[in-house]
Amino acid sequence: MSLFLLLAKRLAYALLLIAAVQAMNFTLIRAAPGDPAEVIAGEMGGADEAVMAQIRATYGLDQPVPLQYARYIVHSLTGDLGTSYLYSRPVVDLILERLGPTVLLVATALLLAMVIGTLLGVAASRRPDSAASGVITVLSLVGYAMPVFWTGILLVLLFGKVLPILPIAGMRDVRIYGDGWVVMLDVLHHLVLPALTLSLVYLAQYSRLARASMLEVLGTDYIRTARAKGLPESSVVYKHALRNALMPVVTVAGLQFGNLISGAVLVETVFSWPGLGTLALDAILGRDYPTVLGVLTCSAALVIVANLLTDLAYRWLDPRLRGRR
Amino acid sequence: MSAFPDSAPSPDTAAAEAARSPGREAWRVFRRNKAALLGLALLGLVALVMLLGPTLYPVDPFGLASQPFTEPFTNAAVPLGSDYLGRDILAGIAVGGRATVTVGLAAAAITVLIGVTVGALAGYFQGWADELLTRLTELFQVLPSLLFAMVLVTLFSPSLTVVTLAIGAVSWTTTARLARAEFMRLRRLEYVNAVRAMGAGPLRLMLREVLPNALPPLIVSATLIVGTAILFEAGLSFLGLSDPNVMSWGLMIGANRAYILDCWWAVTFPGLAIFVTVLGVSLVGDGLNDAFNPRLHQR
Amino acid sequence: MTASTTTPSGDDAPLLAVDGLSVQFQTRRGTAHVLDEVGFTLARGQTLGLVGESGCGKSMTALAMMRLIPQPPGRIAAGSVRLHGRELLALPEAEMRRVRGNRLSMIFQEPMTSLNPVFTIGEQIAESVRLHLGLDRRAALAHAVDMLAAVGIPAPARRAHDYPHHFSGGMRQRAMIAMALACSPDALIADEPTTALDVTVQAQIFDLMAELRERTGTAILLITHDMGAVAEMADRVAVMYAGRIVEEGGVHDILERPLHPYTQGLVACAPGRRRTAPGETLREIPGTVPSLLRRAEACAFAERCEHARPLCRQRPPPGSQPASGRRVRCWLYPETTPADTASPA
Repeated sequence: MSLFLLLAKRLAYALLLIAAVQAMNFTLIRAAPGDPAEVIAGEMGGADEAVMAQIRATYGLDQPVPLQYARYIVHSLTGDLGTSYLYSRPVVDLILERLGPTVLLVATALLLAMVIGTLLGVAASRRPDSAASGVITVLSLVGYAMPVFWTGILLVLLFGKVLPILPIAGMRDVRIYGDGWVVMLDVLHHLVLPALTLSLVYLAQYSRLARASMLEVLGTDYIRTARAKGLPESSVVYKHALRNALMPVVTVAGLQFGNLISGAVLVETVFSWPGLGTLALDAILGRDYPTVLGVLTCSAALVIVANLLTDLAYRWLDPRLRGRR
Repeated sequence: MSAFPDSAPSPDTAAAEAARSPGREAWRVFRRNKAALLGLALLGLVALVMLLGPTLYPVDPFGLASQPFTEPFTNAAVPLGSDYLGRDILAGIAVGGRATVTVGLAAAAITVLIGVTVGALAGYFQGWADELLTRLTELFQVLPSLLFAMVLVTLFSPSLTVVTLAIGAVSWTTTARLARAEFMRLRRLEYVNAVRAMGAGPLRLMLREVLPNALPPLIVSATLIVGTAILFEAGLSFLGLSDPNVMSWGLMIGANRAYILDCWWAVTFPGLAIFVTVLGVSLVGDGLNDAFNPRLHQR
Repeated sequence: MTASTTTPSGDDAPLLAVDGLSVQFQTRRGTAHVLDEVGFTLARGQTLGLVGESGCGKSMTALAMMRLIPQPPGRIAAGSVRLHGRELLALPEAEMRRVRGNRLSMIFQEPMTSLNPVFTIGEQIAESVRLHLGLDRRAALAHAVDMLAAVGIPAPARRAHDYPHHFSGGMRQRAMIAMALACSPDALIADEPTTALDVTVQAQIFDLMAELRERTGTAILLITHDMGAVAEMADRVAVMYAGRIVEEGGVHDILERPLHPYTQGLVACAPGRRRTAPGETLREIPGTVPSLLRRAEACAFAERCEHARPLCRQRPPPGSQPASGRRVRCWLYPETTPADTASPA
């Protein structure tokens, strides 16, 4: 299938999926006990029946639920996800503000986990009884069993009390202002601990996966061919074996992207990172349903985009999935 | 260490017991695995704390037992110190495992139940049923599970039952994929056709013939699911989205989140308890994996 | 068995001389003597057929010569492999890499899995050209296209950009041959090059190898269990059994007057042996190959041999030279036997 056709099909299906996600959550929110109007009234410090009716009219809550859903869908197609009860601002604006930090956090963590995990796995595969292999075995157990928020808290304790060289909260230092490089360095400085925390779980998994996958690839016939050509070992391992061994790692990374966002919610909370996760938590605790719905929609879209990127990466890695030139 | 393995009346021993009749060999392999036995010992310890903790240390975990921020090992009244309100950390540890582990186990059971049902139906019937269920699986897969569970819990009042159901409702997709693949593979096998030819109905075929053979990989993945569900419960409690009237390890950490730097003990000890529990589950899971697939070392 | 031959020196001196090559594998149940003092010689432009049942150590011999045995668990315990008189087993690894794929090349049994699926055919051939001949990327690719043309790939300039999965099995083996011959090696080791291919394709590959041998003068070590292929391709034949060479001689002698009872069995089992259809495999000789775990204190073939005497089960037979250019390892032919011994009836 040509790349264009593939992308067009995937895009159409993605839009359908997102509409389904919205429908499901819309129904859930309307089906749940409790009146959104009361939440809004509560935000305003209480209101009488007349004001409540006015609120319902303003937010369209007085209309039948299917009609509300239809309106929501039409509006979201035009980029309007409603108005936040909590912040009285367009949900889209709130999300756009928080999307960048979350993507930065998640992408950095994923990249760290994949690169370090793969390198560890490669090292371990070349010498099964080496230190790297022991590190992977311990890391994969500890990385899985440690609650990610606890890992974050331990790092906060370490860098907050013992070794205060890294910031433990937020994304920016208010005392630092300037532009360009200064801001970027400041953000990167704040990013270190959250990204490290989030990547640890996956680093453990990917290193284990990469080790298994490398061991398998190193035993194949084409690696023997590469050696018989007289290629140096580095070329055999990093050129001929690694590209093949990466495929399972990429597959798993793609499948787990949703979990990565779940982890980000916890990590953002620990490090007060101003991303979608903290926005979601505040919105959920404040019963701010338009924002909740918006964040769910946005994170589903993120997962879909990540899956598409995974497929593209896979096609790049494995020419067997591409068409004939 | 020899005293530990038999003293652990945990569900994982139960799983190992269940495997004994068809897999005496598997149990033999498992027993020789030192890491798995360590896992079993850790689980035994957790089970002891869960069962006897509140009896041996009958202190109200919500009660104000001492001055706030009492350091651990300094005051005999609160051996592990007190949190920012003066609540006894040891009391929380003693009772907090009940909610975490119970919710984890029940949620894992629901996860497996939904996942196997969906996967079995899709894999066994194929055709439009498969198509429909696969699309449903995809719908749940694009929603980050914790985020979705957070919403569900909030919509339907945060009681332990709701938390359990929510975790189950958002976690089943991986199991469904695995079960679907297994059922698709097994339904094509000769012996299933033979039983079908003898006039057995689909329900009987699925439950009596296919399911037992699909069990080993499902049991192994179920231990992973238990670990993940425990972490899930801890995460929700940490965010303050679980039942605020039931003490749990995650809740203890979440409550003291704002005071991390002032009372490290209030966040470190409950975390350690979660860590030990999940480590035990995962070591046992690895042991089961090796026992069922002696030739597959990785994964 | 020594590597010395009675052939006069000069141009006939062996290009490749393997002598006393022993390989051991550490297994859970002990040390396996996979190769036991294997020796043979290969002259310039010659083809030596190395035959025997599967598992007798043919492929292991090839891998040991290339120093590609996985170690651990394998280990070259003793012996020598000399190319142009240079001892390969003593070379530093970096030096040995300059020999592999350059002076001494190898093609494998499984063309379907022997090419890396993620690189184009052209890249994979050009890779060794760049490495050994020092050509730049563009010149190396041009050379690869020439090689593909030489092995009979149609539209080579276009097909060089194809990936292995675009090629059929026969074409992949042609590509492997192109890769192996790209740097004009002195010798080519072909390990069962046609076993995995269709019968018609097998003949084409052998024809191609014969043609290229004429054109380039590359010596070939042809590892096979196909006696028809040996008859067609080989000048000389070495017969392997349980990790040892049991007989060596000219192809005509071996096929017409086999000396070792095992060789006799092999030849008898290949019906119409001078013109066996390629691909016809050897029929089983009754009995099984002994375990390699204990180093033979007797003739390894004794248990299956109809001529076995008590001596055969007591001591391993020494090598003997019953005729000029022939060697055999069997108690039926003691060292003193006159040169014109006929095979036992």
